[in-house]
Amino acid sequence: MKASSLLTQDPRTKKRNSAEKRFRGLGLTAIVIALAMLVWLLISIVTAGSPAFRQAFLTFPVLVDQTIVDKAGTRDPALLSAVTTLGYGKLLANSLRAEIAAKGIDLGDLKPKEIAQMISEESAATLRDLVLADPSLIGTTIPFTALASGRIDGFYKGRVTMETAALDKNTSPAQLILADRLLDADILSVKFNTGFVTMPDASDKRPEAAGLGIAVVGSFMMMLVVLLLSLPIGVAASIYLEEFAPKNRWTDLIEVNIANLAAVPSIVYGILGLAIFINFAGLPQSAPIVGGMVLTLMTLPRIIIPTRAALKAVPPSIRDAALGVGASKLQTVFHHVLPLAMPGILTGMIIGLAQALGESAPLLLIGMVAFVRDFPGGLFDPATALPVQVYSWTTRGDPGFVERASGAIIVLLIFLVVMNATAIYLRRKFERRW
Amino acid sequence: MKDMNMETRVLIQPNKIEARNVQVYYGDNHAIKDVDVDILDKTVTAFIGPSGCGKSTFLRCLNRMNDTIASCRVEGLIKIEGEDINDPRVDPVQLRAKVGMVFQKPNPFPKSIYDNVAYGPKIHGLTKNKAELDEVVESCLRRAALWGEVKDRLSAPGTSLSGGQQQRLCIARAIATSPEVLLMDEPCSALDPIATAQVEELIDDLRSQFSVVIVTHSMQQAARVSQRTAFFHLGYVVEYGETSQIFTNPKDPRTESYITGRIG
Repeated sequence: MKASSLLTQDPRTKKRNSAEKRFRGLGLTAIVIALAMLVWLLISIVTAGSPAFRQAFLTFPVLVDQTIVDKAGTRDPALLSAVTTLGYGKLLANSLRAEIAAKGIDLGDLKPKEIAQMISEESAATLRDLVLADPSLIGTTIPFTALASGRIDGFYKGRVTMETAALDKNTSPAQLILADRLLDADILSVKFNTGFVTMPDASDKRPEAAGLGIAVVGSFMMMLVVLLLSLPIGVAASIYLEEFAPKNRWTDLIEVNIANLAAVPSIVYGILGLAIFINFAGLPQSAPIVGGMVLTLMTLPRIIIPTRAALKAVPPSIRDAALGVGASKLQTVFHHVLPLAMPGILTGMIIGLAQALGESAPLLLIGMVAFVRDFPGGLFDPATALPVQVYSWTTRGDPGFVERASGAIIVLLIFLVVMNATAIYLRRKFERRW
Repeated sequence: MKDMNMETRVLIQPNKIEARNVQVYYGDNHAIKDVDVDILDKTVTAFIGPSGCGKSTFLRCLNRMNDTIASCRVEGLIKIEGEDINDPRVDPVQLRAKVGMVFQKPNPFPKSIYDNVAYGPKIHGLTKNKAELDEVVESCLRRAALWGEVKDRLSAPGTSLSGGQQQRLCIARAIATSPEVLLMDEPCSALDPIATAQVEELIDDLRSQFSVVIVTHSMQQAARVSQRTAFFHLGYVVEYGETSQIFTNPKDPRTESYITGRIG
């Protein structure tokens, strides 16, 4: 018999092969587990959050009754604005009752107050704004689409059932039965909810009216500040450190500190921002400018590190070539090195921005968690941010806000996906062979 | 391969570069020791020697490319046309326009062929308008024997050319700033024999206008293209003289050993 044959594996080879097989198995299992988690996360967010994009509306003609909103009949703005949303609520309730009567729908044993309860309190405010802006509407009948109350809305999303309604002092099974009849009569309809991304936040009792408008605007303003500050500062710092700075103990120290800063918990930047920008510099609380600057501090090291890596990855032969034809150091960097490093820099930049967009902890500390109803007119006006809005909605009692929070997460994820897709696209576009 | 140096040799040319007592240190490592070399105008000078002998380092002293290496320190006197290039008043940028360089690996910019050649004249402001620049680009590509191959695709990226074409593009780029000296650091080591022959022929043509200094590992190449040869060994210039004399009748036993393949 031969000492060894190639056709049979010797024990050592067998051992090595089985070790490799085990490792492959482990790696594959890890990936499957990670993917399963991701799918689970996405499914749970989408199922919990997608109802936030649908909304129950009540559409009926509203008689803007002069005896309620303008008793004196003078159209005096001061007197008009003295009428509160309570008066307008009465107006809506009266008109809805009239419409129900006109369509001959059986009310059951519902009292007028219970019918009024089916309309969101927010709609009275909307109607009031409408009338105050155009007093000529008084005395006329206008078509109006009101938000249904949170409980009625929840009934069409499975959040509220007959059983829970029986135990709930804010609604009753009789209201839900009437809602179904209104649905048949086309007074009630469930439609796509654009208000979710355009309207401002609403108070605890009105989840049906809560929207992301201010959070989207606030986040956008902050991203603008972060981009305008961190791109030039980050890129300039990286270029200086990588191309011009002498390599000595000081630059080593700076390098180590930048790496450490990237790992500092973000809430620490919040405390820093609170101390410097608000307490020391006296900038307003809850303002996108402060939020943007705090996020810039947090993002800078996370931009400098990939930017330096991108600069370092440019082959030295390109630098030699440029210097060899007599380009100055600055020309070499700006004409040749920077364009080649651009895809890496942009990717780092966008990933840094995406991290900043999803950050909530430092913003809590500088007051961006405040309840804001008015859209910010500029960088110094109060606003909120998307992730902070998610946080503040999850802390509220009404189950309608849970759905809103998940919906807000979907919006946030869409923004992040769009930003990352842009990063990939830019990378492909600017990538050049050398 | 035809022997270019014998009959066309120009014996009497003024000194273009004078190097006296040049020392180069990388940190504590003394890489170049007591080098004295005179480089003649309109002549091809070859530096030969085993790897790590300092020939590339010395070449990079001539246009101060060693400035870019933080640990590198150059001592001694290097004069180009009587002017000390290490004088604090000398801006290396101006020096490098005067002393062009071609590197071992073809390194065209990842830009168009046209932009590769036009870059030097542009940054030095050598041309007044587009027409003049076009002219410079064409003449440089012609002198680099590349015009015929690329004239229809000047906007194609320089990196899309073959290795030999890329190296000739780099030569065109180097001569576009009208330098007086052209340094070549193993310009053919990444090329195949056909491309090498083209580049060598080009080097011989360039001799009519420039002083060319070429570092090469190939002794045949040194013998083919150069008129003068310096043999570097362990940081010293062991022998420097007429190429024919170095290769046929070396005075130093170390040169003879290297040429015959016993050391290196």
